[in-house]
Amino acid sequence: MKVLVTAKRVVDYNVSIRVLSDNSGVDLNNVKMSVNPFDEIAIEEAVRLKEAGKVEEVIVVSIGTSACGEQIRTALALGADRGILVETEEDMQPLAIAKVFKALIEKEQPKMVILGKQAIDGDNGQTGQMVAALSGLAQATFASEVVVNDDDTATVTREVDGGLEVISVKLPAIITTDLRLNEPRYASLPNIMKAKKKPVDTYSPEDLGVDVTPRVKTLKVTPPAERAAGIIVETVEELVDKLKNEAKVIS
Amino acid sequence: MENQDIEEIRQAVRQLCSNYSEDYWLGLDRTGGYPTDFVKELTTSGFLTVLIPEEYGGAGLGLREACVVMEEVCRSGAHAGACHAQMYVMGSVLRHGSDYQKKTYLPKIAAGELRLQSFGVTEPTTGTDTTSLKTVAKKEGDEYVINGQKVWISRIEHSDLMVLLARTTPQSEVSKKTDGLSAFLIDVQAANGNGLTIQPIESMINHHSCELFFDDLRIPADNLLGEEGKGFRVILDGMNAERILIAAECIGDGRYFVDKASAYATNRIVFKRPIGQNQGVQFPIARSYTQVEAAALMVDKAVDLFDAGEPCGAEANIAKLLASEASWQAGDVCMQTHGGFAFAKEYHIERKFRETRLYQIAPISTNLILSFVGEHVLKMPRSY
Ligand SMILES: Cc1cc2nc3c(=O)[nH]c(=O)nc-3n(C[C@H](O)[C@H](O)[C@H](O)COP(=O)(O)OP(=O)(O)OC[C@H]3O[C@@H](n4cnc5c(N)ncnc54)[C@H](O)[C@@H]3O)c2cc1C
Repeated sequence: MKVLVTAKRVVDYNVSIRVLSDNSGVDLNNVKMSVNPFDEIAIEEAVRLKEAGKVEEVIVVSIGTSACGEQIRTALALGADRGILVETEEDMQPLAIAKVFKALIEKEQPKMVILGKQAIDGDNGQTGQMVAALSGLAQATFASEVVVNDDDTATVTREVDGGLEVISVKLPAIITTDLRLNEPRYASLPNIMKAKKKPVDTYSPEDLGVDVTPRVKTLKVTPPAERAAGIIVETVEELVDKLKNEAKVIS
Repeated sequence: MENQDIEEIRQAVRQLCSNYSEDYWLGLDRTGGYPTDFVKELTTSGFLTVLIPEEYGGAGLGLREACVVMEEVCRSGAHAGACHAQMYVMGSVLRHGSDYQKKTYLPKIAAGELRLQSFGVTEPTTGTDTTSLKTVAKKEGDEYVINGQKVWISRIEHSDLMVLLARTTPQSEVSKKTDGLSAFLIDVQAANGNGLTIQPIESMINHHSCELFFDDLRIPADNLLGEEGKGFRVILDGMNAERILIAAECIGDGRYFVDKASAYATNRIVFKRPIGQNQGVQFPIARSYTQVEAAALMVDKAVDLFDAGEPCGAEANIAKLLASEASWQAGDVCMQTHGGFAFAKEYHIERKFRETRLYQIAPISTNLILSFVGEHVLKMPRSY
């Protein structure tokens, strides 16, 4: 069986981001870009399923400018078999991405699509769900364990508020990864070398018949408010008084 | 921006190293232990085979990739001295070994089954004056018989093979003093206790350096590496790679120190403000950064020449000199920035400070580089 996985190009999690002075977005100039960490978990899960003999082919998808080829290469070095770059200069929003995936699912007929539960740039956390809705497939989001069964189903443990939920989904299904699903590996040197020889197909959204026009307009991007300096209280009484009368969190 | 291969290798090595905390290295430093699991992981994931050609099971890449590996190892707070030689000592076999030697040893080195990370050159009585070394190898039938003494031979207890330099023709019988020396591959396990005595030296850093005593050690004549009497060339040919790799390690150390110092200066509050707000604290760190970055450019230049197959003796030496001084100065500034805490082992600064100090002395000391530049680049009179 085939699995589609995602490798979104995002600002590396180690970079402390800077908001542009015109508040139109985040400064991406000369900033280190990486694979979205939740997508790394998705790639790792697919590669493990392949190593366990449950999956034959892992196809990595990245959507965006040609620079996304770098994230595809990274995924290929981690063990994906081939890549698909959907190249566009458009600002890709969750709905547009979901439509692209719907088209790719029709084209590739995978048994599973594994996406990150969110990307650390927009933190939208909705693409996986949209893909499932648009393609009419089962979804298992926030997965912390995925077991592929022989009867064309998967048993997925989900991290939900207040605990874990175990569900069974019929394949093909859409899965989104949570942090504890696995610990992604690093690429070995031979695999970094091999990645260069693996095939990558490039399509435009038009090739796939998808309209990716943005539907959401960003009005303003601002950095989080700086935290005000704290104070040191002298006594417990003073603390209780401040919590009651200033912060008004106890009564 | 660096090309993507380099970036992938950098990321992978960084991630690998993050599995070995600085406390791991401190623990080994305390006990004089060897990072067996770290070296094993670095080897099996291919990162120590960078320079071995693909036909022998290596990655067949250039010195640029090798440098990134060593730089990242050092930058992570790890101690590259435990394994860097595995990267380059095999070059002697690759360039000067017979077909048989190459086919026998290189694939096993690439697979991590054979450790060739020890080289025996330095002697107690002759030091830097390498061509005057006194260890002799005498041919008897199909064997060589070795007698003499070596000092500071690192990692020999964690190595299966050693490249040894010994005299086969007395200095008085050769016209050039670099002639009459020969290089040999020594099977350490077989030799140990059978003519070779290994004596660890208690030392400032954890390089597992030892004194070696040869007393009629017999080795098969086939273990000669290259031509008899031309061994100095065998050693010399590997030196540029060694210098550049060491320089890359110093860049890694330097960046480690600058990162640590600037983070500490930003977070440590004294007199109700971060110490790094004082220019007296901030400027030395900024200066260290400029020095490390300048040295990194020289390392880059040397690497480019090396990988293009161009002569790079001067650049390799200059890179090593500048990088080893930059990392040492960054280490000193990092110590100063940390105040008393610099001396607490759990901060790791003093350990890295000791480790990076070596590179102004070994594998070649600063003075000898200056004399090389004076004589060979600036054409001034030879000083020794
Ligand atoms: C931790 C460690 C690990 C080592 N590992 C190895 C190893 O694995 N294999 C190996 O073969 N060797 C190894 N060495 C040895 C190292 O290469 C030598 O220590 C180094 O080359 C210097 O030689 P020396 O110690 O005899 O110093 P000396 O030659 O005695 O020099 C002492 C000082 O005098 C200066 N000096 C000497 N001659 C001149 C001159 N003509 N002009 C100006 N200045 C001069 C030198 O620059 C130096 O500062 C190691 C050393 C150390 C400390």
